[in-house]
Amino acid sequence: MQEGRLAGRTSGLVAYPPMDPVPPIEAHGLTKRFGELTAVDGIDFAVGAGECVGFLGPNGAGKTTTVRMVTAFSPLSGGSVRVFGLDVTRHPRRIKARIGICPQEDNLDPDFSVRRNLLAYARYFGMDPGLARRRANELLETMQLAERAEAAVDELSGGMKRRLILARALLNQPELLVLDEPTTGLDPQARHMIWQRIRQLRSAGTTVLLTTHYMEEASQLCGRVILMDGGRILLEGAPETLIAREIGREVVELWNLEPGVEAFLRERSWTLEQAEDRLYAYDCEGGEIAAAIGERFPRQERLIRHATLEDVFLHRAGRTLREGQ
Amino acid sequence: MSWRAVLRNVSGRAGRVWQRDLEVFLTTWKTNFLPPLLEPVFYVLAFGVGMGSLIGAVVYQGRELPYLRFMIPGVIAVAVMFWSFFETTYSSFVRMYYQKTFDAIVATPLLVEDVIAGEWLWGGTKSVVAASLMLLMMGLMGLVHWPSGLLVIPLAACGGLLFSALGLVATALVPRIDSFNLPSFLFIFPMFLFSGTFFPIDVLPGWARAVALALPLTHISFLVRGACLGATPAFWALSLLYLVAGTIVAFVVAVVLMRRRLVK
Repeated sequence: MQEGRLAGRTSGLVAYPPMDPVPPIEAHGLTKRFGELTAVDGIDFAVGAGECVGFLGPNGAGKTTTVRMVTAFSPLSGGSVRVFGLDVTRHPRRIKARIGICPQEDNLDPDFSVRRNLLAYARYFGMDPGLARRRANELLETMQLAERAEAAVDELSGGMKRRLILARALLNQPELLVLDEPTTGLDPQARHMIWQRIRQLRSAGTTVLLTTHYMEEASQLCGRVILMDGGRILLEGAPETLIAREIGREVVELWNLEPGVEAFLRERSWTLEQAEDRLYAYDCEGGEIAAAIGERFPRQERLIRHATLEDVFLHRAGRTLREGQ
Repeated sequence: MSWRAVLRNVSGRAGRVWQRDLEVFLTTWKTNFLPPLLEPVFYVLAFGVGMGSLIGAVVYQGRELPYLRFMIPGVIAVAVMFWSFFETTYSSFVRMYYQKTFDAIVATPLLVEDVIAGEWLWGGTKSVVAASLMLLMMGLMGLVHWPSGLLVIPLAACGGLLFSALGLVATALVPRIDSFNLPSFLFIFPMFLFSGTFFPIDVLPGWARAVALALPLTHISFLVRGACLGATPAFWALSLLYLVAGTIVAFVVAVVLMRRRLVK
């Protein structure tokens, strides 16, 4: 992993000091319109070197569109994005040479075996064939695909395909890894393995930008999350900070409400949210909701649990399904 | 997006896309090489032994020729059209739409323009491969005049690149893979029959001859037939100019339309 990066900064025996801290991603007023629809509505954000930032939001929030603009797939309708200080509109090739992209959908090359997928991809980066073979072997090893190296892509399980896509994204030793819903549709084992690999990359210093609608994934991997809905940024911050600020420590879920419970809760200015048959109660000021209910309504059916990022999200984006989703 | 910008965005990396397609083709080369080797033999049997015995001689540029000798270069011309057009329509569409291969490639330093240029070159290459193998077989059967017959190879490149670009224009426009039936049936199939491939266009009524002269395959047939028979076709330079100019225009149109389809 380090080889490429060192080579970029040294000349002979003289090691240059680290370059100016140009943030890997810097977006201002980033906008994308598709006809009448504004998919991304003038957002500002930045991703610092070594950070792992997650874009969260429901389908249609604008996460993928944002990522596609950052990775020079989609032309901008307005605003600007600089990646490694380079304008995406003017330097798509130079930017793409330095990033690794894991797309949402499987676009492995079904005409090639597992290994050939990597070797053909390395050619697109203009990698030396010897280096490409070595990198491919290393990555097949790390992603536990070495035994399937000669298999056809169609023979792989969903988890293996994802690992191969991740391996492919790492061939060029990217300084920035962009993952669009990296574990959607995977079983828990496969998902944890992908998470493990992403954490390893993070600790090796790779900057990571990911989109997900799994809040657990964001909590597990991201130092900072950006919550999007309707093309705008709703919230931004470290997962634990957001949870503490928006929700508090715990959430009480209540159902089959006894008479008087709701009125009792409302009197106390706690936050209440009704979704279908459940009532969610929480208080970021640290109100002792669970204790209070236990004392006053001991037989009320309830679940007391830790607040999660999912609560933050549902609190901000609404607990019910919206039209068109 | 202007045509200048289109050409500026095409880089040498297009060769990597070409290489990808070549590599896939070569992994099954035995089945891929078989049709162009066998096709001439079947045509010789059908048209030489079968139909040729009914038709007798054909007059070509004042020379009397057995029908088979006249007709067989038309088989190469048709292959030049089929091999590139069907590559950059059905096969490219599968790569673009179903396999998402183009999406995967543009995540690397390549641009859409490189991908389209690579596919275009590959379509042309397939025509050259087919024409060369057919030429070899026809040569072995004594149906080609040498060394002028070797001109078939650059001519196949030229005609192949034209039909390759036309195929990409269709691929950029069709909503579904079935939609290729339309250009195939309205454009390719009539050309196959009426472009001086199996009979001289001189026998057509005036208006039909004018239509035939507007079709690209007619000019490929003219030139390929001249090369195979060791004759210089009348207006060969105009035919060549038509093919080269048509190729450039079709390629630029293909890239512009493909950008519109793929870059969103």
